Amino acid sequence: MPSNAVQSPPVLSIRGISKRFGDIEANRDISLTLSAGEVLALLGENGAGKTTLMSILFGHYVADAGSIQVNGRPLPPGSPAAAIGAGIGMVHQHFTLADNLSVLDNVVLGTERLWSPLQRRRKARDRLSALADRFGLTIDPDARIGDLSVGERQRVELLKALYRDARILILDEPTAVLTPQEAEALFQTLAEMVSNGLSIIFISHKLNEVLAIAQRIAVLRHGSVVGEYDRAETSRTELATAMVGRAVASPNRTRMQAGKPILELRAVDLWHNNSRLRQASLTVHQHEVLGIAGVSGNGQTALADLVSGLCVPETGELVVLGRPRGGHTPARMVAAGVGRIPEDRHKAGVVHEMTVSENLVLESYRHPEFSHFGWLRAGRILEHARELMERYDVRGAGPDTRTRSLSGGNMQKLILARVLSRRPPLVLACQPTRGLDVGATAYVHQQILDARGRGSGILLISEDLDELLTLSDRIMVIYQGELSAAVPAEQADRAQLGLLMSGQRTTGQSSGSDHAA
Amino acid sequence: MRLEPRTEATFWLRAMAPILAVMVALALCGFLILWAGAPLLEAYAALARGALGSRFALSETLTRATPLIFTGLAVAVAFRAKLWNIGGEGQLYAGALAATWVGTGAIDLPAYLMIPVIFSAAAVAGGLLLLLPTVLKIRLKVDEVVTTLLLNFVVLLFVNYLLFGPWKDPLSMGWPQAAPVVDSGLLPNLVDRTRLHFGFVAGLAAAVAVWVVMRFTHWGFEIRAVGLNTPAAVFAGIPVNATVVRTALLSGGLAACAGVTEVCGTKGYLTLDISPGFGYTGIAVAMLAGLHPLAVVVSAIFVAAIYNGADSMSRAVGISNYLADVMTAVALLAVLVSSLLVQYRIRRG
Repeated sequence: MPSNAVQSPPVLSIRGISKRFGDIEANRDISLTLSAGEVLALLGENGAGKTTLMSILFGHYVADAGSIQVNGRPLPPGSPAAAIGAGIGMVHQHFTLADNLSVLDNVVLGTERLWSPLQRRRKARDRLSALADRFGLTIDPDARIGDLSVGERQRVELLKALYRDARILILDEPTAVLTPQEAEALFQTLAEMVSNGLSIIFISHKLNEVLAIAQRIAVLRHGSVVGEYDRAETSRTELATAMVGRAVASPNRTRMQAGKPILELRAVDLWHNNSRLRQASLTVHQHEVLGIAGVSGNGQTALADLVSGLCVPETGELVVLGRPRGGHTPARMVAAGVGRIPEDRHKAGVVHEMTVSENLVLESYRHPEFSHFGWLRAGRILEHARELMERYDVRGAGPDTRTRSLSGGNMQKLILARVLSRRPPLVLACQPTRGLDVGATAYVHQQILDARGRGSGILLISEDLDELLTLSDRIMVIYQGELSAAVPAEQADRAQLGLLMSGQRTTGQSSGSDHAA
Repeated sequence: MRLEPRTEATFWLRAMAPILAVMVALALCGFLILWAGAPLLEAYAALARGALGSRFALSETLTRATPLIFTGLAVAVAFRAKLWNIGGEGQLYAGALAATWVGTGAIDLPAYLMIPVIFSAAAVAGGLLLLLPTVLKIRLKVDEVVTTLLLNFVVLLFVNYLLFGPWKDPLSMGWPQAAPVVDSGLLPNLVDRTRLHFGFVAGLAAAVAVWVVMRFTHWGFEIRAVGLNTPAAVFAGIPVNATVVRTALLSGGLAACAGVTEVCGTKGYLTLDISPGFGYTGIAVAMLAGLHPLAVVVSAIFVAAIYNGADSMSRAVGISNYLADVMTAVALLAVLVSSLLVQYRIRRG
């Protein structure tokens, strides 16, 4: 990266931007500058105002006060077309691609006049492949978006912005949906872009990423910039404290003697929802967290759905609390004492349009405590919600608020409350902290360890190696539906796990294995 | 111009929005009346008189609202569970067939037993009719919009066959109509010298009952959860298929009761034209009511008033009573827009 980047005149300067939504001050007097060839990270917790600021920059919202200049010229507010014209490109967290069209169609979409009789396909194709070559974004221009992986779709989004001659790229939480490997590839692409003179605003709440990619880091909290830091002169702790506003304690895991087996899989074969398990065997004991590492799409869905009760083994056996289970359903798994934290909390975890109190009884509304001959006991349900919201620190809503309005962290706390308050002997936690901020992540981790302390066995499926190494007693790696031997977390090292995650077997890993070779 | 979510919508905003929307709709339709060359105020005055202006007008409006309450409730219940029941018309006729079969001699009981038996028989018929598309939906993922819609024509043709064939009343002087319902099966009149009958009270009771079920029972909880987020309902262990089947039985049963109110209340015997599309209008009624069971009553009366009023408007100022269809449609669109504006505000720039 050119070392003089920071000295060059700013390509973008944001001055005194403020924006209110009703009583909420989403942005308060924010000023930032961005130089050519620079990566500026915008770090902040959910709701700190990062996305609002970028929506103002891109013309989706109009600021109440303040101004924006691009290359010294004022940017007209409230016009995405003007923002694109000025060379600003935005890659949203949730992609804006048409699934049924090809890559080329998606890239060209909106750049041609509606009434022009001829499409300039050949020219567009050449230009696209030139861009792809230059930035190492290899992709088949004729592939349908629907057939692409998430990482490939993100490449298309980047190409879309580049095709429109973007010089300033805004990436909103670009790694939230990526595997570690895909994220690594993205970082290389970004480095390539920066060395070509592009400038990047990288929105994130992940400290590691920010420290890996950005030269400067601006931390947002409650709508204001609370500090700007140089990468070379800051640390994880400093950033985390600035972001959260207080020091964050990392959870500590005490050694515990594992008890009797709670969950056993014996040579399970399964094909469900495009996800496969092959001869999978594992055991989770009381007082134990068994971590399952792996790149997404290697059978985690099948494993999670199996333990959730959404599917049954084709061959092999599933034993919960010493009893073999056949023909099980989600309701039976709940009744058997399995607490399930789903991977996708929005889709499977809660019903957005129902109230917080209703979501808290979503699994237990038929329990005599909450219904009587078919009549819901509204008083009890409300009381139950008040108690759990207090106990699990669910904030920003009352029991009668629609769950939609909760932040991601509070929604996850709601699910934890529903699952863990019943003291389930077995807890299945799938990606329990995906998309959560630092504070909420620490909270979830502590709750998982507390459940372990009370004697639960926990099956933790995660793509986050840090999380697995912090929480797990033993770690297994899943690759193409096969589970590796369990490694005690103290002896596990990242390099070895990384190799297993990419499908390479290490040698000498037979002892203590419940893997059927 | 852009939409921004409102942080909170006040009670007054929520309450006033549909009323304002209806006023806007009437104002917009005013242009059509002017276009048709009729005096605006006179036309609306005639509409209001015809809808609500006299004891007779009011009773006619409520009589017409009665089947709409039932078909509206049927749609409100089904749509809540994301079961797209477009077959209200067919279920109405299925109910009418059951009512006719039971009520024209199959059994004869005292009225206080006969009427409940007729309603129950009709509800069973309507529920079973919707059960078929529902099972196809659950088992084979067949689109119920298509199957329920097409079943309407199957049922109507079957009614045709019966009324021209085996069920044709020999005393009807050749008209395609069935034998009259026995006296004990007729819904008693509510007000002298009007057609308003007990079916209206039954409709009000049904609306309250549906509201209670949706709000206070675990079946209602299940229907709402399944409709609002099926994957979450599956994950939480809610019996999704059973819930959809229950919803279908309830929805089909409700629509079928509209057939009873027409055969045993308004007409007294089954003809081919007991319903001028009550089953389809029920969809508009339910959407106008935002799928809320109690609001369905208000919205059914409103729609019935527009249709009745439009008849007298067309007589008074000589414009087509098809305007009633347009007015209902515009009101529906206005209410949908207003519900969007309750959630979002428009910003310029």
